[in-house]
Amino acid sequence: MSAIVPLSAHSPWRSYLQEAKCEALRMLREPAFCLPVIGFPVLFYLLFGVLLDKGEGKAAQYLLATYGAFGVIGAGLFGFGVTIAVDREKGLLRLKRALPVPPGALLLAKMVMAMLFAAIISLVLAVIAATVAGVTLEPSQWLRLLLIDVLGVLPFCAIGLYVGALVGGNAAPALLNMLYLPMAFLSGLWLPLTLLPGILSTIAPLWPAYHLGQLALKVVGFDMGQPIAMHVAVLIGIAALFFVLAQRRLSAAE
Amino acid sequence: MRDDDDVLACLRRAGKQYGKLRALEGLDLSLRAGQVTALLGANGAGKTTAIGLLLGLLRADSGSAALFGRDPRELSARRGIGVMLQSAGLPERLRVGELLAQACSYYPHARSVADCVALAGLDGLLDRRYGMLSGGQQRRVQFAIAVCGRPRLLFLDEPTTGLDIDARQKLWQAIRELVAQGCGVLLTTHYLEEAEALSDRVVVLDRGKLVAEGSVREIRAHVAQRRVRCITAVDASDVARWPGVREAVRDGEYLRIVAEAAEPVVRRLLDADPHLHELEVQRAGLADAFLELTRNSDDTNIQHKEAA
Repeated sequence: MSAIVPLSAHSPWRSYLQEAKCEALRMLREPAFCLPVIGFPVLFYLLFGVLLDKGEGKAAQYLLATYGAFGVIGAGLFGFGVTIAVDREKGLLRLKRALPVPPGALLLAKMVMAMLFAAIISLVLAVIAATVAGVTLEPSQWLRLLLIDVLGVLPFCAIGLYVGALVGGNAAPALLNMLYLPMAFLSGLWLPLTLLPGILSTIAPLWPAYHLGQLALKVVGFDMGQPIAMHVAVLIGIAALFFVLAQRRLSAAE
Repeated sequence: MRDDDDVLACLRRAGKQYGKLRALEGLDLSLRAGQVTALLGANGAGKTTAIGLLLGLLRADSGSAALFGRDPRELSARRGIGVMLQSAGLPERLRVGELLAQACSYYPHARSVADCVALAGLDGLLDRRYGMLSGGQQRRVQFAIAVCGRPRLLFLDEPTTGLDIDARQKLWQAIRELVAQGCGVLLTTHYLEEAEALSDRVVVLDRGKLVAEGSVREIRAHVAQRRVRCITAVDASDVARWPGVREAVRDGEYLRIVAEAAEPVVRRLLDADPHLHELEVQRAGLADAFLELTRNSDDTNIQHKEAA
């Protein structure tokens, strides 16, 4: 009898698991997300890192680090930005807020999903690098690259969340692309900054993507020599700033 | 038997303002166990705001909202409710079974998935992707999600929009069963026949204020009018001048009359035209009452302005 069921305590763990599982399944089944987010970095890497590499494997190493960063930035920005914008527009966020969904479950689920995609991108690139491109690294280097990619997705989740909270489902992809592609280029993720005009490498530290790229490049020894702590601090700061901005925006929208 | 123990949720003099727009002004509303309350009102009357307060989506500017005696924003309070909103774009790539398992995980004493399937009529749909379902099937999935947690109070916002007559009847039946088991329901609907068929109590909102509250019969009694229709040669403009007649118009071969009481008008019609046939008399429905109530408050508003 529904009338006599008491309001008892209830472990929320199953909700967190279900939420993460559903979010991951939903994105894995979405070709419009999977194909560009996993396909582009892999395709670019095969083209520029493997086929056109004339630097005795240096490009293959440099681009393994930077296309990893490029890929996970896409997973974070689009995985959060577009789905939040669409869910908000279609009323799903409102329904989830009305249902007894435990606090933060929605965000945690999306974070797990983005980290899963980051791991997939990182591993696919590593497999290509180790086999086709002939890149040889220490086990600890492979591991550090994977770790940087999986954790490095989070600040970009926060930026995506904010954009998704700001604009609608139709505008989000366009706005995110305008952010994503120029930032990747200006941060030296496609070409080393040393090959670009000096002014661009001077202003590069302004872009969040630069700091993730530098952390990955440090693993293979191609970074600009700035301290790890600075890059990490900037990325954490960006993550915190945009999460707070997005939360305020989302709760004000109601 | 209707003491305060039965009250599952309530608004107490709740007010909400968006900029200069007063969405809700001092609304009192109680939702009781085993009772269907229909919340009626035109667009912008404050229905969505009232529901938003009860669901904890909004914070009242004045007054208060309570769910099971607690703040609706508390998770433990919301574990006792089920919700079906007007628009809920559930993820199209997920299968029905996955969506149900996800919703069940939010509740401590959730029904089995098989139970949900039986209640909402989802046989054979568990493995289908939500995006591949028809509009009516999607609506039924949303209903299953609303009832999966054995809610003591169910919020149904336009539940049968997009359903065909058969599916609507089945959903009404499911709602009646839940209510018979003691579940309270807050229903908003544009179909006044739905409110008439389901609700024990009707609350009519207009511009953020309660303009009428009572059983369907009591609300209907606000308009004592009758509708008369017949085929007759009597002239409409003559009938319109008869005492007690509010309106008389010709509609093809029919004459349609709205009157305060049917009997004197029918008697006079039959006297005037012995060949009169196809005579029908209807009492005012909830729809007429609703229009009358919200029109009345228009008039009072205008009078207030003129007086000011």
